Amino acid sequence: MQTNWLYIGIFLVIGIIVPIVPLLFSRLVAPRKPNPIKQSTYECGIETVGDSWVQFKAQYYIYALIFLVFDVETVFLFPWALSLKQFPLFVVLEGILFISILVTGLVFAWRRGMLEWA
Amino acid sequence: MTVDRIIFLVPAALILGSAVMVVITRKLIHAALWLVAALFGVAILYAILQASFLAVVQVVVYIGAIAILFIFAVMLTRREMLDKGAQTRSNWWLPALLGLLILVGLVFLIIGQPAFGQPAAALPAGLDALRSLGTALVSPDAFVLPFEVASVLLLAALVGAVYIATGNKE
Amino acid sequence: MPFLNDPVNFISGWMRSLLFGWGLPSGLVTVIIYFIGITVLVMFAMVLDIFLVWVERKVVARFQDRLGPNRIGPFGLIQPFADIIKLVIKEDITPTGADKLLFNLGPVLAIASVIILWAILPISSKIFGVDLNVAVLYLVAAGALGTLSIIVGGWASNNKYALLGAFRMVANMVSYEIPMVVVLLIPTILANSMSVQDITQAQSGMWFAVLSPLALLIFLISAIAELGRSPFDLNEAESEIVAGFHIEYTGMKFGLFYAGELLHAFTFGGFIAVLFFGGYGGFFGLEKLGIFSWLNNSFVQAVVFLAKAMFGYWVIMWIKYSMPRIRIDHMLTFNWKFLTPLSLVVLVNTAVLSKVLSGLPGWGYVLGMFLSNLIIGYITVEILRAYGRKQRKTEANPSPQRLQN
Repeated sequence: MQTNWLYIGIFLVIGIIVPIVPLLFSRLVAPRKPNPIKQSTYECGIETVGDSWVQFKAQYYIYALIFLVFDVETVFLFPWALSLKQFPLFVVLEGILFISILVTGLVFAWRRGMLEWA
Repeated sequence: MTVDRIIFLVPAALILGSAVMVVITRKLIHAALWLVAALFGVAILYAILQASFLAVVQVVVYIGAIAILFIFAVMLTRREMLDKGAQTRSNWWLPALLGLLILVGLVFLIIGQPAFGQPAAALPAGLDALRSLGTALVSPDAFVLPFEVASVLLLAALVGAVYIATGNKE
Repeated sequence: MPFLNDPVNFISGWMRSLLFGWGLPSGLVTVIIYFIGITVLVMFAMVLDIFLVWVERKVVARFQDRLGPNRIGPFGLIQPFADIIKLVIKEDITPTGADKLLFNLGPVLAIASVIILWAILPISSKIFGVDLNVAVLYLVAAGALGTLSIIVGGWASNNKYALLGAFRMVANMVSYEIPMVVVLLIPTILANSMSVQDITQAQSGMWFAVLSPLALLIFLISAIAELGRSPFDLNEAESEIVAGFHIEYTGMKFGLFYAGELLHAFTFGGFIAVLFFGGYGGFFGLEKLGIFSWLNNSFVQAVVFLAKAMFGYWVIMWIKYSMPRIRIDHMLTFNWKFLTPLSLVVLVNTAVLSKVLSGLPGWGYVLGMFLSNLIIGYITVEILRAYGRKQRKTEANPSPQRLQN
C-alpha cells in the first residue's frame, strides 16, 4: 500500500515538472519586449474602465455551499456502497434513509428559492 | 534519522510552514492558497499512514469544497484586490503569550503519553481498511446510528445556511 | 514469452536485478524504477496529447463538412508540431498587476491535475500505474485540483472577464461534481469495489453500460460539464466574454491549457470506457474460448482499451460540435433540479435491485437492471412532458391578476 502512494507522489512531482519544461524553453527562445500597451489588461480592444474587480454574485457562494453538503454526503455513501454485498437488505434501507434525509434538505432549498439564479 | 523520520518530517514541515504563511502573508487570496497547501500536507500524512480513503476524501472534501468556499468568501467580501492595513494589533504580546503557554502545555501532555517515541504499531495482516470502514458504518452493533445522525447534522447545516442566506421570509 | 504476456513486470524485474547487482539499496532501486516507469507513461500521455490535437481538428472539420489541416505532412499529421513550435516562440506577456507566481501556477496545475489521472488508468490487466483501492474517488480528487487551477488562473490575470469566466466555470464544475460522484457509486455497487481493475474484471460478464444505461448518460453529461467543453463551455464563451479565464494567457501557457483540456477529455473517454464499457476486456466471456485466448494478451488489451477510449473521446467531440451553448442559469438549474435527483433515484434503484435480484441467474439480473433503468427513464420523460405542458399553458393564458400591473 505504501509503495502505491509513493508511486503517486512521484507521479505528482513529474506531473508538475512536465509542464514547466516547455515554459522554461519558451522563456529561453521567445522574444521579450514588454511595453505598457502590450501589458495592459484586455477589455475588448478599448481602455479598461473601472477597477478590475467585479461584483461577485452571491448566488455562486450559495451553490458552493449546497455542493459542500452534498459532497460530504456522497463521500459517506462510498463505504456504505462497499458493504452492500456482505449484509442483507436492511443495509440498503439504512442508505435510503441517509439519502432521503438529505433529499429533504435539497427540496427545502429548492422551495426556498435558493436554486434560482436571480 | 531513519528514512521513516524523513518521510514524516517533510509533510510535517510543509503543514507547519504553510500554516505560518497563512497567518503572515499580506494578501488574503495567498492565505487561502497556503491553507490549501497545508490541507494537502495533511492528505500526504494520511497516505503515509496507509489510510488511502481518508487521503482522497481529504482532497475531495477539504480542498475541493471547503477551500473553494473559502476562496469564494474572500472574493465576495473584499472591496479591492489589494489588501492594505496594519498586520498586527498593538497588544499582540498577550495572545502571543497565551499561545506559547498552550504550546508548552500541549508538548508536555504529548511527551507524557506512554506511546510517545515508539514506532507506529503494525496493522494486522490482511486488514482491508476500506471494507472494515464500510462494515463499521452499517452494522447495527457498530456505527450505524452515528452514520444516520451525521446525515441529520448535514441537513441541519444545509437548513441553517439556507435560512441565513434568505433571511426571515416565508 | 514472458515479455509479451507481462511486459511491465518483466522489464522492471530485469532492471531490479541489474540495479541490485550494482549494489544500490532496495528503497532507492524502487524509486528509480518507479521514476523510469512514470516517465515512460507520462511521455506516452504527452505524445498522445499531441496526436489528439490533430484528431480534434480533423474531426471538427469533418463535422463541419470541410477538410481540416491537410497541407503540412501527409494528412496534416505534422500540424500539431507546427502549432507547438509556434506557441513556444511566441512572446509571453504578463499583464500589469497580475500576480506573477499564481499567473504561472495556473497552467502548471491544470496539466498536473490531468497527468496524475494516468497513474490509475488501467491500460491492460498488466500495464497500469498503480492498482489503487480508492481509484474512483481519486478521479474526483484530481478534478478538485483542476477546479483550483481555474480559480488561480482566473484571479491571477487581474482582468474582470477572466475572473467572471473563472467564477462561472468553477460554479459549473462544482455543481456537476455531485451527479458525477453519485453516479460513480453505481459501478462501485455493481462491482463491489472502488478499484478500477476490479471494476474492469467485473464487467467480463456484461458491460455496466447495459446494466445501467442511465448511469452512463448522467456520467457522460457530468463529465462534459467537468471538462468545460461545449455545450457547457462558459469559460471560453467566445462571443460573450472572449476567452474567459485564459484571456490573458499567451504563448505556451495558453497551449498548456488547451492541451490539458484535450488530454482531460481523452482521459475521461478512457474512464467512460473503463467504468461502463468493460475497459480493456469485457468480451462477454469470449476470451475463455480456445481460439480467442489471444484476447488475454497485454498488448491486445491495451489496443482495445485505447480504441474504446478514443470512441468515448469521439462521442464527447460529437456532442461538442453539434450543440449550442447552454445559458448559465439553465445549466445550473438542469443540474440541481434534474440531474441530482435523477442520479439519486438511479442510485437507490441500483442498490435495491442489486440485493433483490442477486438470486436470479445471469440473464435475469441483466434484464431486471436494464428494464428498471428504462422504466425510470420513461417516468422521467413523462414528468418532464407534464411539466412542459404546464409551463406552456401558463404562458399561453396569463391569469387576470398578472395583467393588471
